[in-house]
Amino acid sequence: MRVPPGVAAKDFSDAIKQWQEAVGPDWVFTSDEDVDLYRDSYSPFWHEEQDPIPSAAVAPHTVEQVQSVVRVANEYEIPLWTISTGKNLGYGGSAPLLSGSVVLDLKRMDRVVEVNDQNHYALVEPGVSYFDLYRYIQDRGLKVWIDVPDPGWGSLIGNALDRGGGYTPMRDHFDSHCGMEVVLADGGILRTGMGALPGSKTWQQYRYGFGPFVDGIFSQGNFGVVTKMGFWLLPAPEGYKSGTVRVRRHDDLVPMIETLNYLMNSNLVQGTTTIASPLLMSRAAQGVSGGPSALLMSPGGPSVEELEKIGRDQNLPYWDCQLNFYGPTKVVEAQWQYAKEKYSAIPGASFVEGPTYRLPYDPQDTDKLPKRQFGIPSLTIFGLMGRSEGHMWFSPIIPMTGEAVFEAQKVFGQAYHDMGVPAISQLFVFPSSFFPRSFVILCGFPIYHDVEKNRRSREVFKGLVKAAAEHGWGEYRTHTAFMDTVADVYSFNNHALRRFHETIKDAVDPNGILSPGRCGVWPKRMRKAQA
Amino acid sequence: MRLPPGVSSSDFSAALARLEGAVGKDWVLTSDDDMETYRDSYSPFWHEEEDRIPSAAVAPDSVEQVQAVVRILNERKIPLWTISTGKNLAYGGSSPALSGSVMLDLKRMDKILEVSDKNHYALVEPGVSYFDLYRYIQDNKRKVWIDPPDPGWGSPVGNSLERGGGRTPMGDHFASVCGLEVVLANGEVLRTGMGALPGAKTWQQYKYGFGPYIDGIFSQSNFGVITKMGVWLMPEPEAYREGSVAVPKHDDLIPFVDTLSYLMNSKIVRGTMLLESPVLSYRQSQGGSVLDMPGGPSVQEMERIGAEKNLPYWQMLFHFWGPPKVIDAQWEYTKEKFSAIPGAAFRDGRAYRFPVELKDSDDVQRVYLGIPNLLVFALIAGGQGHMDFSPIIPMTGEAVFEVLQVFGAAYAEMGVPPKNQFFALPWTFFPRSFVLLFGLPVTHNIEQNRENRKVFRRLVGVAAEHGWGEYRTHVAFMDVVSNVYSWNGHALRRLHETIKDAVDPNGILSPGKSGIWPQRMRESRA
Amino acid sequence: MTYTMTRQSKPILLGAILLTLAVPVFAAPDDVQVDRGHKVYDKWCFPCHGTGPGKPGTDSLRQRGQNPAVLEERTDLTAPAIKQFVRHGVFFMPMFRKTEISDSELDAIAAYLTRNNKK
Repeated sequence: MRVPPGVAAKDFSDAIKQWQEAVGPDWVFTSDEDVDLYRDSYSPFWHEEQDPIPSAAVAPHTVEQVQSVVRVANEYEIPLWTISTGKNLGYGGSAPLLSGSVVLDLKRMDRVVEVNDQNHYALVEPGVSYFDLYRYIQDRGLKVWIDVPDPGWGSLIGNALDRGGGYTPMRDHFDSHCGMEVVLADGGILRTGMGALPGSKTWQQYRYGFGPFVDGIFSQGNFGVVTKMGFWLLPAPEGYKSGTVRVRRHDDLVPMIETLNYLMNSNLVQGTTTIASPLLMSRAAQGVSGGPSALLMSPGGPSVEELEKIGRDQNLPYWDCQLNFYGPTKVVEAQWQYAKEKYSAIPGASFVEGPTYRLPYDPQDTDKLPKRQFGIPSLTIFGLMGRSEGHMWFSPIIPMTGEAVFEAQKVFGQAYHDMGVPAISQLFVFPSSFFPRSFVILCGFPIYHDVEKNRRSREVFKGLVKAAAEHGWGEYRTHTAFMDTVADVYSFNNHALRRFHETIKDAVDPNGILSPGRCGVWPKRMRKAQA
Repeated sequence: MRLPPGVSSSDFSAALARLEGAVGKDWVLTSDDDMETYRDSYSPFWHEEEDRIPSAAVAPDSVEQVQAVVRILNERKIPLWTISTGKNLAYGGSSPALSGSVMLDLKRMDKILEVSDKNHYALVEPGVSYFDLYRYIQDNKRKVWIDPPDPGWGSPVGNSLERGGGRTPMGDHFASVCGLEVVLANGEVLRTGMGALPGAKTWQQYKYGFGPYIDGIFSQSNFGVITKMGVWLMPEPEAYREGSVAVPKHDDLIPFVDTLSYLMNSKIVRGTMLLESPVLSYRQSQGGSVLDMPGGPSVQEMERIGAEKNLPYWQMLFHFWGPPKVIDAQWEYTKEKFSAIPGAAFRDGRAYRFPVELKDSDDVQRVYLGIPNLLVFALIAGGQGHMDFSPIIPMTGEAVFEVLQVFGAAYAEMGVPPKNQFFALPWTFFPRSFVLLFGLPVTHNIEQNRENRKVFRRLVGVAAEHGWGEYRTHVAFMDVVSNVYSWNGHALRRLHETIKDAVDPNGILSPGKSGIWPQRMRESRA
Repeated sequence: MTYTMTRQSKPILLGAILLTLAVPVFAAPDDVQVDRGHKVYDKWCFPCHGTGPGKPGTDSLRQRGQNPAVLEERTDLTAPAIKQFVRHGVFFMPMFRKTEISDSELDAIAAYLTRNNKK
């Protein structure tokens, strides 16, 4: 049996016995076969020594059990790694960062505590997936929508705590939360916001409560175990409409995004918009420039003038983006008309009408609907996986401007070139507005069960993180394999922010048992000296 | 000369000398006259011992000076109290929670570092007021609006950190914060969010950065001194219009608020509205209470009076910002939804296209157009000020009925007659909840103030008994309000204290803010 | 069997599966078990392996020449093979833990998916 680092075998078996008493022996996993299930299915370390493997897993069912489990871990200084549903594929999945940690698996805490469609909120436990909540709402005919990420089998709590995003107006998942219940490293429990008032009537209605608003520190953090979370939901809209804007020329991207900003920040366009380049994507699909690198502006590649000529010859717009509108038909029609009016200032801009949906939709029809935009969970995203055995996400935030997109094409094109990456592996995507007021580039690197390929991928990944940082772009989230690498670029004033995180860590988790290493925050006893 | 508690006279003089070295002699103030200017102009302790008065004030004008000041005070464990512009009237103004604290007055840090009207944000220092920012935007012809609270002389930094509100769609001020620069108790400076990446291009565009998102812990708090803040702005809209909805009967409030909740949470209706009751206001004008008093008239009686005087029971003025055709469609839809309530009546209100030159006779509330002003003071007739009692209640008609009954009973129990009952119907300053803002008067009369403070404390208790907590409170009541947030033995406050002890071990930053006292002062206050 | 198993499974296990495929010996599925398996399948497997658009599991199998590509329509699946894929994953299908699909639920899924097998 594997033993966690720094823990004596006797202490570990004592702890296991106590966990078995707390949650029942069926829910403490120690056999190799069971513990292997907690490895990262998309590990970039497949077959390598570094592949993190837990020593055990414990699956409590109630908050009291979570408290007991954590107390025991704290007593013996056993590192835990908490997962809600453990579906963080692309960012580390269910595996701990520190090999030998014990996974605290909250999947069995799967109660939907409340859904209110008068004030449009839900209160859930960590094991509740988007599929679960969607089903709950459909079964009861409640007039609310959820907002789903790709894919839909993850946990609302887990995803919001990793600050993931979706597609509807409620797409900023962390921003949509309202109220938390947290178990601390000593087994104590607290409620944030209005939940700190016993008998509160507004725990899921008013976020901030009184005094310091702490919720954020538990996101992408390791300061506590979240056991309940409230979410604001979108009232089921009466209609939805989309429309695509197309612009012909390269430089048109600048006014296209300026107009997008104006429309989004004025609440005229809602939800996530993704920038696309029909011209460049067609070239990539045809294998021109070796495929994927066609999306970049690499050294020695075609000039903008050349590309624009090809666009004219093949009647392909240089850029387009789909705008999404939610609400009563008359309002969304007025919003779309106005968007077209604004975009018409760009010479040659054209529009493609999307369908107008009157809602509510018939649940029988979900396969015909744009699921993401409708908050209907699915696993469609996996259709992009090709022949790989998984992926890992590189996800920098860039400014929401055309100039920034151009710069990203050049910077990443140059970075790949400098690293000698073949064109066919020069992956790039155009950004999406998952979060208000910024762009995120979500680039999935394939994982294979091939040690050499993965080593090379990891090297390239780190090179991209470095290139991004040199240009003032940081990742919004990252894979456990790269958490120290990414945390390192946030170095203002000698890593002052991380030192502040560490100060809090040492205060709220002095034995350093909760998810060591998450986002580069290590407990004192494990901290590496900074260069 | 007043001394900070627990600090010797010689230590204090030495500290003052060093502070003068750091910020210049002119900007270290100690005279009694100077200290008067830092009192809470609306103090509920006027003339009393308990009135909070600082021992000195220091006014740095750069981050480096702030760091130096904090280090000097930290060395000697001298408590400080930070103000941005110190205009937090009704919540304590510029006074500290702990008498004898040294004021850290950031008014001189008044640089507007950037305003972008492509990505609609600003980066400002604490001493910048809403007036300052508005002027800058006008002068530089930027097509963005600010969201000023009533009144407009306060600081976007100060107000956002207090989690105050305004009237436009950007009314939840803390939610618009994007990126902070903070000086810690040990004098170190950090930047949050994307600002932690040197040369970041998205500090004011993406809030969370990487890893634990800490910005919230600096709001309503004493864990650090904010020296820069990013704030999201609204693009200048093309037009604005108003429309009011009125419903005749008492029970109509239930479907009314349901519809309101649906429209707001769908963002068809935005901004801050006030629920009004012409019927209850009429009763009040006749010497009665707005609240439900024991032995008061029945609902039927009030409805009869309403019908007789042609007064709706409930009414609300809605506001729309955007292109004319869109806001027209939103108003049409709003009317359509409210028409489900029999007898609902609608009236179109003012409408403007921008840019607009307002005349003095335009009686639109300027704050709805993002124009900072001090008009609110005209509404506070007489008295020497007020202190705000501000509980959050659910956004339901049932909650409003409960409030009218509960506070009516509370005032009756306290023997407060209608003419002295301070109460206001709810506002929608914050998404998805109602906030009540009662202004209890303060005077320069000790007895009256003592009485009103008692009433305030009782109201806090009554609200808590019904699951309603305050979103913000006056310096004088921070412990009282903090005490009602007692779930699991005040677990949240204990977490606040754990963090406090870790990031400010000498306990020098704004002791007592939101009921958070440093370790060395906690035992004695227990 | 038209899968190409590229995952590095323990050779003994692989051998056992092949042996089992060669000589299928299992009891006829119980109706209640099949029904239960159908429910668990709908929750955990259908979103990827079902019919209709946007089912990456079905699409991937189809691309690899599997016919029928929809798992529920197949008549050649066996319990050990199903358990192997669920507990070890394959290509971009991750593995599933016991807190997601318990051993007993896995048995039920297997009963459901093998209900049409001819012995």
